[in-house]
Amino acid sequence: MTAISKQLMTFRVNGETRQVAASPTHTLLEVLREELDLTGTKHGCELGHCGACTVLLDGKPVLSCLALAIEAQDREITTVEGLARDDNTLHPLQQAFAERGAAQCGYCTPGFLVSGVALLAQNTNPTRDEIKAALAGNLCRCTGYTKIIEAVELAATRLRKEHEMTAST
Amino acid sequence: MAIGASIPKIDSYTKVTGAARYADDLKLPRMAYGRILRSPHAHAVIERVDVSRALAYPGVLDVITARDLPRKYGIMPTTQDEYPFALDKVRYVGEPIAAVCAIDEETAEEALDLIEVEYTVLPAIGSIEEALNRDDLKIHEETKRGNIMKEVHLSFGDVEGGFESADLVREDTFYFEGTTHAPMEEHACVADCASDGKVTLWTSTQTPHYVHREIGKVLQLPLSRLRIIVPPVGGGFGGKCEPFAHDFAACLFALRHGRPIKYTLSREEVFYCHRGRHPVKMLLKTGVKQDGTITAVHLQTFLDGGAYASYGLATVYYTGALLTVTYKIPAYKFDGMRLYTNKPACGPKRGHGSTQPRYAFECQLDKIAEQLGLDPAAYRKQLAIEPYSTTVNGLRVTSCGLVECVEKVVEASGWQQRRKHLPTGHGLGVAISSYVTGAGKAIYWNDMPHSGVIVKIDRGGGVAVLCGSSDIGQGSDTMLAQVVAAELGIDVLDIRVYAGDTDLTPVDLGSYSSRVTFMAGNAAREAAQKLRTLLIEAASTILDVPSERLTAGSHRIFCADEPEKGVSFIEAAQQAEATHGTLSAVGSYTPPKLGGEFKGAGVGISPAYSYTACVAEVQVDPETYDVKVEKLWVAHDCGRALNPTLVEGQVEGSAYMGFGEAVLEEQVFRKGLHKIPSLLEYKLPTIYDTPDIISMTVETLDKEGPYGAKEAGEGPLNPIIPAIANAVYDAIGARVDSTPITPDKIARALKSPTPGPSPVRGRGEPERDFTPNLSPTRRGESSKEVMPR
Repeated sequence: MTAISKQLMTFRVNGETRQVAASPTHTLLEVLREELDLTGTKHGCELGHCGACTVLLDGKPVLSCLALAIEAQDREITTVEGLARDDNTLHPLQQAFAERGAAQCGYCTPGFLVSGVALLAQNTNPTRDEIKAALAGNLCRCTGYTKIIEAVELAATRLRKEHEMTAST
Repeated sequence: MAIGASIPKIDSYTKVTGAARYADDLKLPRMAYGRILRSPHAHAVIERVDVSRALAYPGVLDVITARDLPRKYGIMPTTQDEYPFALDKVRYVGEPIAAVCAIDEETAEEALDLIEVEYTVLPAIGSIEEALNRDDLKIHEETKRGNIMKEVHLSFGDVEGGFESADLVREDTFYFEGTTHAPMEEHACVADCASDGKVTLWTSTQTPHYVHREIGKVLQLPLSRLRIIVPPVGGGFGGKCEPFAHDFAACLFALRHGRPIKYTLSREEVFYCHRGRHPVKMLLKTGVKQDGTITAVHLQTFLDGGAYASYGLATVYYTGALLTVTYKIPAYKFDGMRLYTNKPACGPKRGHGSTQPRYAFECQLDKIAEQLGLDPAAYRKQLAIEPYSTTVNGLRVTSCGLVECVEKVVEASGWQQRRKHLPTGHGLGVAISSYVTGAGKAIYWNDMPHSGVIVKIDRGGGVAVLCGSSDIGQGSDTMLAQVVAAELGIDVLDIRVYAGDTDLTPVDLGSYSSRVTFMAGNAAREAAQKLRTLLIEAASTILDVPSERLTAGSHRIFCADEPEKGVSFIEAAQQAEATHGTLSAVGSYTPPKLGGEFKGAGVGISPAYSYTACVAEVQVDPETYDVKVEKLWVAHDCGRALNPTLVEGQVEGSAYMGFGEAVLEEQVFRKGLHKIPSLLEYKLPTIYDTPDIISMTVETLDKEGPYGAKEAGEGPLNPIIPAIANAVYDAIGARVDSTPITPDKIARALKSPTPGPSPVRGRGEPERDFTPNLSPTRRGESSKEVMPR
């Protein structure tokens, strides 16, 4: 029986304001999964080793298993559920992951997607080294990373085209 | 045509949006949570377990111990040696003692501390040698000699004559360190039970059918009242092929209390659940003629099995069975022995039992090639087995693309031009391998099919495919959809696959032994073809043209020679339903009867074998001996790539995993405690560590495989490790002969550079003076003369 009382916390998650009562000792991962039912964010160790729990805090990748929920209040949290666009179309990286077979068991996928989206938001023409640097905190046991790297490259190409089209109109 | 198309996996879209619900993502009303108390001792008698304080703790709903589940189980029917919770003795650190069920996970965790357990600690057995020699200290009372769980002695052809006629006989000792699967998803399950007493278990498993049988047995529950459902599985690699303590405890709690409960293991617990790659000591003797032709092979394997049998009975046979399916070997002797030790039980990991001897054999062959002055790649082609032949141990080989695989990796890597011209510290190595496409026998022998599929068509044109298979990420659901789509001429988007549900789906034995594409694929094809026939008959009636002229495609049934003449798929389906009633069909696959008559002939047989070749390029730092694997070229004969992208994914994933085992990973223990039970310290390769992997496919169109397909999920792992070992030798002249190949071992090997029977000693590996001439006894013979000193 936990002695610590729950506190009311307010979050901005995937563009929505959500209020939950949670223990101040609980991690962001626990609150996302257990209080907000955003189970897309996974856990592979809860020790900060695997990257499966990566979410974006104000656009930056953060390991939600090592972050206290209470500290994420009033900041913009993006989880894998928030990556698809409002019209039910996927983010180009999600689409590329599906097409390239970059998600096998899919368990590490949300973490990779979130890290990859953060990279592509800064750089739509990353080199292989830059891709590896951005994804080095995420472990995958299925793919050997090959298809994941290819998917990031494919998404980058498509994003550059999108930007060119937007610029030309 | 859906066959041969790289369509996205049908579950991709739920996986990239976070919508896929894995076992730990499930949440039911009134759900309780469980945690498991595990043994801190490697070997101890349990004198007393007192759960009364835990039971009285506010929020605790129940505590389950061995007294509640006092029935043995085991995945192999003849070696059932395990209780879900330790009954009177613990045999490894991490062995389950009790399960607390509480209103939340924190309460359950806190209550673990209130369980009182009194142990009398026993000396623990930590190595193969100790297990053999300690007749006075038995891990299981039932073992007759030492702690030998199983001995195997097989001999085929004229072995003695073969060695006598050889121009060169090489004897080497190899050691393969244990490794674990480390799937990204920790094991988890949810069980529920309504007041009618029917239990449902959602669990992360590769083998729902076997879990169904074992839980039913231990809980004494009719299988008709127990339902196993497989949610998306976050990786398995062989580690989720059995029921675990948490599965049993969850079902019992649900049954007793009529409410759901969830168990999710921590990462550390997953390391202790293990059931992974056996550490194996191998003594390998090979005779060859001057031209390299093999005259005889004698392999002895000693498997460190850990505390329980698990799949070990099959594993010990597998260490011997598959050595013969790659090269022409006229005489072969195999002696295998699996031993109990006080460590978590080993079991199947990708390449089950064949990975370790393949490593040894490919390294030894490299030494032989060097002694005979042969090019190692050309030598392998020279020795390659013929397609459609039978091995000396009675295995039927069908399609075989081994030579093409070698040619592909040789060409792609620039082997001929580059090998002798690389700078010091750089090296190339080659190795090949083969693997089963499905075990020829089920875990429990029976005459029923190994896979069943039901296909049904509804009036709206939607098609449902039901199969007991378990998609662990390899894409088996997508394979089923592609096969049915191809036969019925529709889009995979019009197909829904329902898999891994013991209530709804016909039995498929599970995702192990690389069996699903071949077996479930054939079953799906048979079911779909039955419906295709009905649809074509129906269209024939509507169109008034003979059936022979009709074909299915693009959601239509039409005349092949006059495509504009046809009916829609839905129209044909409705006509067929009007004629025949509800449209559904079943398909089954049963492997042909294969193999010899001897004891043990059931392991190694398979309807087809896949073949793989690998060239590895490495760079070894001349000062630190750090091994950097630069590139892996892997060519794999998968029969036919039903979905080339998914086949590449399996090849790349296998190569990655083999790379990890070759230079980084080890499942090692100190006094029974895992030395490095975390993803960081266990050293899963990161994106930075992993070499570039160039995967290539060879298609041999196997006559019995669905559309010619064989396996791709496991075989490609096997040649990676010896290819890297051989490349390290090429780079720096060090033969380590044990895995993983680490800088300290290279340093020692360079100090005493005699490649031969005495490899350097690694951290977890057996003593150097391990007697090589150990020939295990046959039953009834005296054991004195064969026990190692």
